[in-house]
Amino acid sequence: MELEKFSYDNRMPRNFAMATVFWGIVGMLVGVIAAFQLAFPALNLDLAATTFGRLRPVHTNAVIFAFVGNGMFTAIYYSLPRLLKTKMYSDLLSKIHFWGWQLIIVAAAVTLMAGFTVSKEYAELEWPIDIAITIIWVIFGINMFGTILTRRERHMYVAIWFFIGSWAAIAMLHIVNSIEIPVTLFKSYPVYAGVQDALVQWWYGHNAVAFFLTTPYLGLMYYFVPKAANRPIYSYRLSIVHFWSLIFIYIWAGPHHLLYTALPQWAQSLGTAFSIMLILPSWGGMLNGLFTLRGAWDKVREEPILKFFVVGLTCYGMSTFEGPMMSLKSVNAISHYSDWTIAHVHIGALGWNGFMTFGMLYWLFPRIYKTQLFSKKLASTHFWIGTLGIILYAVPMYWAAFRSYFMFRAFTPEGQLQYQFIDVVQSTVPFYVMRAVGGTVYLLGVILMLYNLIKTVQQGSFVESEEAEAAPLPKFKATGKQFWHSVIERKPIWFLVASLLVVAIGGMIEMIPTFMIKSNIPTIATVKPYTPLELQGRDIYVREGCYTCHSQMIRPFRYEVMRYGEYSKAGEFIYDHPFQWGSKRTGPDLARIGGKYPDSWHFNHMLNPRSMSPGSIMPNYPWLFKRDLDISNTNSKIHAMRMLGVPYEQGYEAKANDDLQKQADKIAASLKNDKIEISSKKEIIAMIAYLQRMGKDIKASETTSTNN
Amino acid sequence: MKFINYLQGITGVSIYPMISLLLFVTFFSVVMVMVIRADSGFIDHMKNVPLDNEPKD
Repeated sequence: MELEKFSYDNRMPRNFAMATVFWGIVGMLVGVIAAFQLAFPALNLDLAATTFGRLRPVHTNAVIFAFVGNGMFTAIYYSLPRLLKTKMYSDLLSKIHFWGWQLIIVAAAVTLMAGFTVSKEYAELEWPIDIAITIIWVIFGINMFGTILTRRERHMYVAIWFFIGSWAAIAMLHIVNSIEIPVTLFKSYPVYAGVQDALVQWWYGHNAVAFFLTTPYLGLMYYFVPKAANRPIYSYRLSIVHFWSLIFIYIWAGPHHLLYTALPQWAQSLGTAFSIMLILPSWGGMLNGLFTLRGAWDKVREEPILKFFVVGLTCYGMSTFEGPMMSLKSVNAISHYSDWTIAHVHIGALGWNGFMTFGMLYWLFPRIYKTQLFSKKLASTHFWIGTLGIILYAVPMYWAAFRSYFMFRAFTPEGQLQYQFIDVVQSTVPFYVMRAVGGTVYLLGVILMLYNLIKTVQQGSFVESEEAEAAPLPKFKATGKQFWHSVIERKPIWFLVASLLVVAIGGMIEMIPTFMIKSNIPTIATVKPYTPLELQGRDIYVREGCYTCHSQMIRPFRYEVMRYGEYSKAGEFIYDHPFQWGSKRTGPDLARIGGKYPDSWHFNHMLNPRSMSPGSIMPNYPWLFKRDLDISNTNSKIHAMRMLGVPYEQGYEAKANDDLQKQADKIAASLKNDKIEISSKKEIIAMIAYLQRMGKDIKASETTSTNN
Repeated sequence: MKFINYLQGITGVSIYPMISLLLFVTFFSVVMVMVIRADSGFIDHMKNVPLDNEPKD
């Protein structure tokens, strides 16, 4: 048969690789700044754009979607054509994909710092950017499937299944979690509220970890580890079991982010059971990667690329064992809202994603620049610095988590809480410093890599495309009985449908019961919609990213109920678009903050937290005292909320701003009583209104029931 | 209100965990059996797909 000539393009993998390094450094730098802010609140600079609440989402989004995202695309654009013996389907689509993605990243960073956020973790971006992501993702999909359909290798190698599965699952997750009603150009409300919003968000959040940070990187692993070791994967059979069981089980495990919350019990148990089951496929994948190096461990000693892969895979194994353990309720009681979670995700991000990416980059750059790596020794140094950085990061966080847990739950013999929240914060600050140093060390390693790669690029010459030849794919003739999986590996569209079906079944069984049955969320008669001023205040709370440090979900533990008040009920959140349960308690829970302190306390505390609470690490919010509240959008906000089912009476839009002004004047008057002069038009007034409302409705129900 | 009330509110709720467990077990068993019975020539071919493409230096 005649061989066809074609070429592999190296420009796209190179562009994505450079973007990976660039955004990696940016994302990690923002992370280091945010880490130091937690220890030294002065670093928040008293500017809206640079406070922790806004930088933290910039950090998480940059690392996930910019660093790991570009890393994933580097791997796909390099390996896909080579595994299929064809060129990428369309150079134009590749270009649109590359530049579109970078533009989205820039837009994300700018809007997040400007305070435009939906506040759903790792899905914070507002609706215009959500739409842009969808378009670019579809373009990427067309390009990927176009390539697969014009292939010259009949069967798809395991790495490609992981790429297909990731693409399909991310498309589904992104769309389902981003359904929102636009209010203005940069403000929207999610259609889900309270418990449902939380369930959808963590179904998304958990599976974004699965299908953005894990499965594409397993694809990367299945291609680049065999390449770097120059030997085939340990077991191809295991990889088949690995793929199907991983995507099947992963999708079910989301509710483990909501243990002990107001989420229905059966959904919590389902999440735990499937999380434990996840250990098996995860470890199957890790062992498949590590065993690939069997009999080649001498190479690992000399080759920094393999060192990165070995530690990367080991970190994958560690965090996929740790994760299921954390989803056990008794362990979760300690780990949830604590720095343990932060340590856990960084074992994954720094160890697994980071080290796998670095290994790939050190392998890739010399090849596409037809040269040797500038310095193997420097790469080895990077490896050791990076490993040290991970340890310096993680150990203080684990320590801090257990320390604060024991402090939180300590009672005096008289049955009083032994420590104030602020005592715990102050004892954690030294650990925050150590963690920030660990992160800095890790970042230094990445800068070493940047230098090494620049030198490599300078000494080599770029190979724009590599010539190749292969026989065209003859029409398939079945001979005898066939292995079913070989059939499905021949049919990419069926493969896509099958993997989508597998993830969709899990998602549906998890969510349908909570959605369809109204009685799932018992209504509490005294829970009323927010007043217009409180609604505006809540949007400021969302804008400033308060949820990054404060939860609004009191778990049914003695030490939480005593510290924060009555535990949270599902029915309290039915008007919360979006929910604000949070995932980390750097500051105290706020679910029942309403009425706990006078208005003047909140006024002084927001201006300078340390004046009210010495030793606090909360940023100052001086701009809330200068800016006038924008009431021009009150009407559209009320309207949008009614569309979502919040029972504001018809025509309330017209009266909303009058009510808003009345309530604002009342708060200003109460402040004046405490000798604080401020115009009732400032943003802080709305913020105080919201803070004073939180968690109060249910107290009204208690009074009524005792009265009856 | 206790959580058990939500559970009781769903008609035939007990079927949900059963369906999900059955689906998973069936799927997993089928994959296992098929993988074990797979043709080793094919498996070897697939294993070497990435390595066959090593650029010739």
